[in-house]
Amino acid sequence: MSTALKTSIPSSKPLPAGSGRLRRFWNNKTLLLMCLPAVLFFIVFAYLPMPGLYLAFIQYNYSDGIFKSPFVAFDNFRFLVMNGDLWRLTFNTVAYNIVFIVLGNFLQIFVAILLNELRKKWFKKVSQTLMFLPHFISAVLIGLIAYNILSYDYGLLNGLLESLGMEPVKTYSNPTIWPFIIVLTFLWQSTGYGSIIYFAAIMGLDNEIIEASEIDGANAFQRIIYIIIPWLKPTFIILMLFSLGGVLKGNFGLFYNLVGANNTALYPTTDIIETYVFRALMTNFNFSIGSAVSLYQSVFGFIVVLTANWLVRRVSPENSLF
Amino acid sequence: MEQSEESRSIRTDISGIIVRVFGYVFISFFALCCLLPFLLVLGTSFTTEGAIKKFGFNFWPREFSTFAYKIVFENPDMMIGSYLVTIAITVVGTAIGLFLVAMTGYALQRPDFGYRNGISFFIYFTTLFSGGLVPFYLLMTQYLTLKDNYLAVLLPGLLSPFLIIMMKSFVRSIPHAITESAKIDGAGDFTIFLKLILPMTTPALATIGLFIALGYWNEWYNSMLFLSSDLKYRPLQLFLYNVVTSADFIRNSAAASNVELRDVPLESMKMATAVVATGPVILFYPFVQRYFIKGITVGAVKG
Repeated sequence: MSTALKTSIPSSKPLPAGSGRLRRFWNNKTLLLMCLPAVLFFIVFAYLPMPGLYLAFIQYNYSDGIFKSPFVAFDNFRFLVMNGDLWRLTFNTVAYNIVFIVLGNFLQIFVAILLNELRKKWFKKVSQTLMFLPHFISAVLIGLIAYNILSYDYGLLNGLLESLGMEPVKTYSNPTIWPFIIVLTFLWQSTGYGSIIYFAAIMGLDNEIIEASEIDGANAFQRIIYIIIPWLKPTFIILMLFSLGGVLKGNFGLFYNLVGANNTALYPTTDIIETYVFRALMTNFNFSIGSAVSLYQSVFGFIVVLTANWLVRRVSPENSLF
Repeated sequence: MEQSEESRSIRTDISGIIVRVFGYVFISFFALCCLLPFLLVLGTSFTTEGAIKKFGFNFWPREFSTFAYKIVFENPDMMIGSYLVTIAITVVGTAIGLFLVAMTGYALQRPDFGYRNGISFFIYFTTLFSGGLVPFYLLMTQYLTLKDNYLAVLLPGLLSPFLIIMMKSFVRSIPHAITESAKIDGAGDFTIFLKLILPMTTPALATIGLFIALGYWNEWYNSMLFLSSDLKYRPLQLFLYNVVTSADFIRNSAAASNVELRDVPLESMKMATAVVATGPVILFYPFVQRYFIKGITVGAVKG
């Protein structure tokens, strides 16, 4: 059997005469057909909408349609820059993502290292199961849970504050505390599941190294600081750079369900690109402005990914995307 | 000499104990933080509306009541309809999506497939650049005319570059020699995939299938965009979203159960609906959790 495997016999099927390109096509026809549904899928749902970004350069109105609405070149972008929307959205989206990435990764590493130090198997199992739990629920339920805690009249938080004799907080009309709420919710939801990657990386660490360090008299702190953390560094850098590539993409579900559909009081600190575009489409019906923001997001996001990938390639070429 | 050896081992013990004690405390605290919000929803759902108005939401019901559940179940038509819609979309979508992801992933991992790099990039590029929400919405509603059609939820969830990349990493662990020997025996590419590769990748299929299924089960974004409120049976998460965000929606659905409008327990009904819509899945998930762990460690980042 194994000898038969090693000898590769050229395909015995009849080949059409013609150029190498045609022959290549013919040889691959079944595999091409197998990819066809996926290719069609991405053409329809991902590539067909792309030309629609032309909307960003016109003053779209419903009666004229895409082709007859007046062409305004960069007026939509000028409008977004002048009224400060674009800057605010970029700042919010990027700042949230950077905090998510940095705090998220640190907390994940922290949890993974601690889990690795624990000895009781059942405890690890139970705690991991509980920590994964928030990752598996829908954004709608997350919004409801937040409401349970933050609601002015009935929320758990104000109940606690009142029992301590403190003033209740009007969470849903106070924009300054929302960055904390959103970041905490994000960490709550993603830490358990995200720590798996680091936990698996620690598992991949050769046990002999740990044993050798123990023979040399390293204590638990030294083991963590001088062996485990340096061991996790490459994983951390790669994951961080990958997530930096998506720094302009916001988590719509999280923001929309936490903040609520039209809580204008909170927009200064909670409005990100995704929620703005959503409102442009569904509430303001301003298709051109929405598309202008999307185009800006895609182009800048693309540049950011290219930069991040260039950095990955410098750090570790085998991990770069292209 | 002997003494220093001893003191060192004591020091080792102490640092180990500190780390472990801190570990148990911190992990317990964090795990509890992950669990408690669910208990809060559960507790509130069993509380009388009067106790909620007086004491607020709490883990433990001050005044126990199953009234909210009674209303939810007295007129279960909407809830059952939502469940059926979501189950149908999840089952059909996962079956088709899983097959397509597996097929594409296998083909794109074949070293002798001349177009694999081109097609892989064609798929991957969609994560780098997108047309954004507005053109997508116009495409779905005006050109594909999928408004108020369950297909608007089913179709976009079938495939994702992430899952295809994950499948590729799984298939990579199967030696190419298996494909080659089957080819020598005269099997076609599709037959090899169907008869040889698919049975060998069942753990991978379980993982990817669960990712797709979870996506459909928690789907609310496309439902909210494309399914209008006129639709009688809406997917579960959209139903929950309507219940959570609209008091009128709750009143309307409770009206059929002969409850006075002012007696409708708005708050506890939100929670009861959330429990009924989410509870079964949360109970199910510890049994399949290991497949999700596998997914993130195998196919997480690299194409």
